[in-house]
Formats: sequence, C-alpha cells, structure tokens
Amino acid sequence: MAKRETPQVNSGSMADIAFLLLIYWLLTTTMDVDTGIARQLPPIPEAKDITDVEINKRNVFIVLINSQDRLLVNGKPMDVDELREKTKEFVKSDPNNPNMPEYEPVYIKKLNKTIDIGKGIISLQNDRGTTYGRYIEVQNELVAAVNELRDEAAMQYFNTSKFDMLDEEQQDAVREIVPQRISEAEPKNIGGK
Amino acid sequence: MARFGNREKKTVGAIGTSSLPDVVFMILFFFMATTSMREVELQIELRSSDLPQATEIKKLEKKSLVSYIYVGKPKPAFQRIYGTEPRIQLNSSFADLSDIYEYILAEREARDEYDRPFMTTSLKVHQDTKMGIVTDIKQELRKASALKINYSARKDI
Repeated sequence: MAKRETPQVNSGSMADIAFLLLIYWLLTTTMDVDTGIARQLPPIPEAKDITDVEINKRNVFIVLINSQDRLLVNGKPMDVDELREKTKEFVKSDPNNPNMPEYEPVYIKKLNKTIDIGKGIISLQNDRGTTYGRYIEVQNELVAAVNELRDEAAMQYFNTSKFDMLDEEQQDAVREIVPQRISEAEPKNIGGK
Repeated sequence: MARFGNREKKTVGAIGTSSLPDVVFMILFFFMATTSMREVELQIELRSSDLPQATEIKKLEKKSLVSYIYVGKPKPAFQRIYGTEPRIQLNSSFADLSDIYEYILAEREARDEYDRPFMTTSLKVHQDTKMGIVTDIKQELRKASALKINYSARKDI
C-alpha cells in the first residue's frame, strides 16, 4: 500500500481564530453582577383577615414622599440627609421620651436574657408622582439606618464590628434585637394624577 | 549608513508562538464560563447608569431563579408606536400591566417545584420613572404571590 503523505496543517493562524472567538464573546456577554435592594412584599390580605390593628401613634414613624419628591416625616418636612439619623433614633427609641416608641421585653434565646426592644414601625408612603430614584434613595436610607444599628448591636453583644461577620445564629439574634419593620402602605392616590 | 551595519548584533531568539493559541483559548474559555449571554434585547432606554444608586445593596444570587421586569421609556425607534411614557417590558417585548400575572405564572411553571419558593423578581426601573407604574407592578406581583423582589440598583460610590 502506498503511503499517502498528508501535508501538515498550518497552525499559524490558529491564534487569530481564537482571538476572533474571544473578541466575539467579549462583545456579546455582560460581565456585570446584578445588585439591588432586596425587599419582601406583604401578601394580599384575604377579606376576612382585614381587621383594624390599633397601633399607638408614638410607635409609628411615618415617612411620606410627595409628588415633588419632598419628604414629610411624622408631619414635619425633612431633608433626606437627616433621615438616617432620625430613623436610627426612632428605632433605638428612648424610654424617657413620650414621643418615642414603647418598649417591649423580648427574650433572646442566644443571649439567654430578656432585652427591651422598641416597638417602632416605619411606615413608608409614596405618591404615584414620586420618582423611582427618590423612592429607592429613601428606602436605602431606611435600610442603612437599620443596618448601622445591627452593626452596633453586633459590637455590643458579640464584640464583632460587622453584622455580616457574625455566624447564622448570632445574625438571627441580632435580627431579633434590631428588627427591620418597614411597612409599605397600601397604594392610594393622594396627590392626584 | 554603513555605521548601522557595523554595530554588533545581539541575537535574541524568536519567541515561540506555537502556544499562543492555547493561551488565547484559555482566556476564551474563562470568559465563556464566567459570563452569561445577553438574553433580552432591551426595547426601552435603560443603560446601567439609569438605574438608581444605593449603598445597602446585595448581590442577586442564583440567576436562574430570577425573572426580570424592565420599566422605562421606549427607545426612539419604538416611540412612534408606543409613545414616550414609561412602559413595561417582559422578556423581549412590551407588555401591559395585566400581562405580569401571566408572566409570573409562566416563569414559575418553568422552574422545578422545589426551586419555586426561592424565585425572585428583579425590577429594573429607570430612575426617572414615576412610582405610579411601579406601585401597580408591585400590586400585580402581590396578586401573583411573587413576594420576593429586588429593586435593581447600582453601587453608590
């Protein structure tokens, strides 16, 4: 049998082909990681469940954003920059101040002791004309306030400077000590349009 | 002229290029493994710089369990048909508010049963959009009991 000589395939252009593929992939793909503020929506209440819950006025922190993107906090206009501090004050509460939320003793299993925790609820209400950017800005401030308090609680009870560095059980304990109670009102049309 | 030629010639061996394809292929595979293809063609104006900024953001884990809802102004090419008011985009086409319920059910149907409780809806909304449409979407999501949501935002530096 005659052996046929197969010519060697020139591999010099292999690099170019690979480069082409690489560039194609670079252009068609997105590297970015999706990030955002995670929230949980309340389920739609069933008709029979609707009962008016009496909540003491001092326990509610009402944040209202109007259609001009201005803030009204507990009836007073406020700048967004102040919101974080004010929210922290409210969530921490103060036993001697009658305008601050009441305390409620809660038994924390992890620490094996009972801690007084403010009963405050943050109520966020917005208008249909509020811009989404401002809404997210306010949401972010409220979440940031709670997160800062959780970091402080982590320092106080577990001697760790960051909440994220705690283990799962400790995180649950801190979540009980500093609950994130942000309630969003059922939509209503206040400002018209 | 001749002076150049007189210089002593340093001989540097040619760099072997035979392994270059392998190197490039390796980079290629790295990119293929770490990236995801752009799945939807956006028909609304929504660059990543149009998303609102926030500091308390979390990474969205498990992309396969995320369904996206886009809201923004239609791109100029679609403005003659759809106008300039913000619209909702699901998958790769414009949708109405009433389509969201169906969309969520379809998304849920496409996942394994044990993954369904972990499904998240990511709202990618242009920051200049009015809250009215967002509130409506949230109500629709509540009706479909898709309660885990994520307001897409970029890191505030």
